[in-house]
Amino acid sequence: MNATNASIARDRPTIHTAVRRADPQAPGAADFKPKFRIRALNFYYGGFHALKNITMEIPERKVTAFIGPSGCGKSTLLRTFNRMYSLYPDQRAEGEIVLDGEDLVTTRRDVSLIRARIGMVFQKPTPFPMSIYENIAFGVRLFEDLSRRDMDERVESVLARAALWDEVKDKLQQSGQSLSGGQQQRLCIARCIAVQPDVLLLDEPCSALDPISTARVEELIAELKSDYTVVIVTHNMQQAARVSDYTAYMYLGELIEFGRTDEVFIKPKKMQTEDYITGRFG
Amino acid sequence: MSAVPHPAGTAGVVHAGNRLYRSRKRVNFMLLGISGLALAFGLFWLVWILGTLLYEGGTALARASLYYQMTPPPGSDGGLANAIVGSLLMVGAGTLLGTPVGILAGTYLAEYGRSGWLASATRFLNDVLLSAPSIVIGLFVYSVFVARVGHFSAWAGSLALALIVIPVIVRTTDDMLKLVPNSLREAAMALGAPVWKMITLVTYRAARTGIVTGILLAVARISGETAPLLFTALNNQFWSTNMDAPMSNLPVVIFQFAMSPYQDWHRLAWGGAALITIAVLVLNIFARALFRKTD
Repeated sequence: MNATNASIARDRPTIHTAVRRADPQAPGAADFKPKFRIRALNFYYGGFHALKNITMEIPERKVTAFIGPSGCGKSTLLRTFNRMYSLYPDQRAEGEIVLDGEDLVTTRRDVSLIRARIGMVFQKPTPFPMSIYENIAFGVRLFEDLSRRDMDERVESVLARAALWDEVKDKLQQSGQSLSGGQQQRLCIARCIAVQPDVLLLDEPCSALDPISTARVEELIAELKSDYTVVIVTHNMQQAARVSDYTAYMYLGELIEFGRTDEVFIKPKKMQTEDYITGRFG
Repeated sequence: MSAVPHPAGTAGVVHAGNRLYRSRKRVNFMLLGISGLALAFGLFWLVWILGTLLYEGGTALARASLYYQMTPPPGSDGGLANAIVGSLLMVGAGTLLGTPVGILAGTYLAEYGRSGWLASATRFLNDVLLSAPSIVIGLFVYSVFVARVGHFSAWAGSLALALIVIPVIVRTTDDMLKLVPNSLREAAMALGAPVWKMITLVTYRAARTGIVTGILLAVARISGETAPLLFTALNNQFWSTNMDAPMSNLPVVIFQFAMSPYQDWHRLAWGGAALITIAVLVLNIFARALFRKTD
């Protein structure tokens, strides 16, 4: 049984070709400028130890992908970057997550100020129960007092950026929940970038989307990385290979391997990583 | 060999004469029959009650004097105008007093307290209050308000009705807010919204129809309550809009007139009962329509 699986995996060409298409000029170590420095991070859901001693640096203006089997802690790690866990009293983090010199775990500043600089897109699209226009304006109004005209401009520009403007420009007053799944997800991305964050956290943003919507979101990610630090959690290894510059492989709450995507996919340093990305695992 | 046969082998077992299949069909048929009978039994009484109300109260409802004349002394002609207005005033005041308290308390339970001990204890006590007999609430308001002030009043009646409204609205607000997916809250918080903005602009909006339905159902519930008003607002034979004095109201008038030996009082009691029932029915239909529209 195992032997057949392995031979099937060996004949699978997709991952390698995908890597080559992803980024012909893969970044060298020279332009690795850390945005987040994570040191000795441990995370607990009540008594459950979900992240074990994670130390890594997330590069600025690059796309970093977290991959690994379900339950390995990749979403948990992502959710520590904007302190989402502090909404829930039984979840806690220990260690350091330094963003631009500020430790997010111990900071005394209001977390809303941190979250406003870090956009987050979730697995399921989460349009608010209001119009498309209001969905975008909601976040902007939290920190900016724009005139009607400036707001119109902001809404148009972010919807255009999220490749959604042409589809919704005639129905901005319709409910955001009336859009299709793929459109809703792009609306959520537009809503995120409307508040002008410098980090984007994407938690399996394409898992509820069809291949065409997925392709559009991936194009969008590729385009956004010139301005944003993007961190994406994905179950789809081809997607990680296609969109990311750096890849972290996690297993059972530990960071097994982290490096440039082409290296992780073509010649992983750890056997475990290789087993996972070739499909031999599980 | 008892191992799983070739897939095609199932064709030999799957046919209309299969013993397990036939007994399953039989059980299904029996249960369908029983639940159909139960439905018919329930509807039978409901239709009977509504039919009797409309039949007996119909003539009273059709007379215009019901809506502009005062409750009469026995033997003379009259209407229910003072009772209708009194009911509207007290139900209105009770709702206005109870709704904000109920919504805010429900918001605390669903958004802030969540599963903390205070929220759990409050939720439990609220459920107790929800099922408390309304006469207990009437007696409570009588002893802490009416007995101290020294006279019955419409305010006391409104307070008693508010105490009935509050647990209903707390419960529905809590339930409806809990139905709002957490991902929506997280999405709002991720944009940097403070908790109160997340609640007022996002989760209230998502739960809006459910909360409004809860309010309408609470109004429907109190518009027929007799016991709490009997000990608080009492009754008033005359026109009065003074909230600090006893006030006439439909449930207590129905109670008194129906117990009396006089024919014309009976007729008015039927009219009042039909009126309340129709009002509650309309309110319920309205609540349903509202819920459906935005579903």
